[in-house]
Amino acid sequence: MMKPQDYIAEKVKVMPFSGIRKFFDIANEMEGVISLGVGEPDFDTPWAIREKGIYNLEKGKTVYSSNAGLLELREEIKKYLKRTIGVSYCAKDEIIVTVGASESIDLALRALMNPGDEVLVPEPSYVSYKPCVSMADGVPVVVNTKAENRFKLTVDDIKDKITDRTKALILPYPNNPTGAIMEKEDIEKLAEFLKDKDIIVISDEIYSELTYGGKKHVSIASIDYMRDKTIVINGFSKSYAMTGWRLGYAAGSKEIISAMTKIHQYCIMCAPTTSQQAAVEALRNCDDAVAEMRKEYDRRRRFMRKGFLDMGLDCYDAEGAFYLFPCIKSTGLGTDEFCERLLFEEKVAVVPGTAFGECGEGFIRCSYAYSIDEIRVALEKIAAFVKKVKAEKEGN
Amino acid sequence: MENTKNIILEILEKNSRVSIEDMAAMLGMNADDIAAAMDEMIKDQIICGYTTLVNWDKTDRQFVTAMIEVKVTPQRDRGFEKIAERISGFDEVKAVYLMAGSYDLLIMMDGKNIRDISYFVSNKLSTLDSVLSTATHFVLKKYKDHGVVLEKKVEEDERMIVTP
Repeated sequence: MMKPQDYIAEKVKVMPFSGIRKFFDIANEMEGVISLGVGEPDFDTPWAIREKGIYNLEKGKTVYSSNAGLLELREEIKKYLKRTIGVSYCAKDEIIVTVGASESIDLALRALMNPGDEVLVPEPSYVSYKPCVSMADGVPVVVNTKAENRFKLTVDDIKDKITDRTKALILPYPNNPTGAIMEKEDIEKLAEFLKDKDIIVISDEIYSELTYGGKKHVSIASIDYMRDKTIVINGFSKSYAMTGWRLGYAAGSKEIISAMTKIHQYCIMCAPTTSQQAAVEALRNCDDAVAEMRKEYDRRRRFMRKGFLDMGLDCYDAEGAFYLFPCIKSTGLGTDEFCERLLFEEKVAVVPGTAFGECGEGFIRCSYAYSIDEIRVALEKIAAFVKKVKAEKEGN
Repeated sequence: MENTKNIILEILEKNSRVSIEDMAAMLGMNADDIAAAMDEMIKDQIICGYTTLVNWDKTDRQFVTAMIEVKVTPQRDRGFEKIAERISGFDEVKAVYLMAGSYDLLIMMDGKNIRDISYFVSNKLSTLDSVLSTATHFVLKKYKDHGVVLEKKVEEDERMIVTP
């Protein structure tokens, strides 16, 4: 007789649980842990958005929407993309609303992959890309980005990884976990290289609103010959502090969006209607709330970076998302050991860079989606730990 | 520098106890520059004081807050300045605003009890020459003050400790 585990499909069996999860299981069992490990905003969803959700629930607007999402919302997304990344999409057939940006990533890959198709996945990056490629029967090809390039994706990084089977490139900027952004000239160089290649870019722009130092997010789709070769993925979780609402979207050529919609209609039917209605309010009236949160993140970012520099850790000036990615090599500890000891000895949870790819070794991801006071306490404890570890190292 | 001053003010207005060092770290600036900018703003009377937002309802101090609408006759050459100055002189008056609309001045004041307020309105305020009429309103409860919800439940961070 087969045991329950024997029924599991091979490709799922071989897929590991996320490295973050292992760490979470330990941290979660401990009392009084101070965390810099969270990948979501600490702000509440702006009240105007919540209030719109409540209003629609009260009115009983709780039925399915069309598969691609409320047209009213897609119209707002269209305007938003035009005003932020400067790309025009048709609300009717070039935009689909999904359950978080996560579903968009999954749909894009499933819509594109034939078995054995290769997808370039830059790392360090969000934990879902590789498993999603594998689940779609594609083959993830890891591309390591480098600290000396401020973790930007360069042509040199990818050019030797391209084969006849390369079908797509994931472009995860602003980046989780490194906080790296791609500036205009970075995007232009990449686009120039991709111009004559049959490679679709899946551009995960979920952190697009969170760039600092006066730098604006640039989408590769804004380069005209890349528009139809790019699937822009974005959502409401990070920019509007709406993680639990589970709402994202994808925009691209109508053929690809239509293929994605086909899968979406059978698997999901439609994204949650209450979330969609609330999101209309977000896009229409909440630019100021986003700007306010951005300003606050920027202050915490500077505050936290100074803390790492003061304790003698290298920490490059990451200009996006809400993460810093300090280098802990000078402590002499490996990343996993550093994070585990920091958790057990100081009760501070940070995420090992290795959870986001092997090339994250030597780095830790620290989120600044926390108040200045919380960051201060965590930094004090990390500083004490670093001092202790360095003293041990010198003692040897 | 002007813009930086506004940013400093914005931070102080939310939390006047923030240290200059913290502010410097948050803004990526030199602490001495921030201290200098603050000194300048104190001198220019842009920074007029550092106060604490108190919810007196939670203490045993007994007092009432009133808002008084006042209609006045403006004076030649000095407009509302003179009467505003006169009213502002009373210690129990916490705020005096010139308003657009159906009355001219809005006064906020604290008193130990209603009798105190009533005494002030009938004996001090109404008797001023240029005061035409007054309308007194009493505050029953403050829910939100200076952008802060006063009796907000302290919420635990509901986020999981580590998420991707």
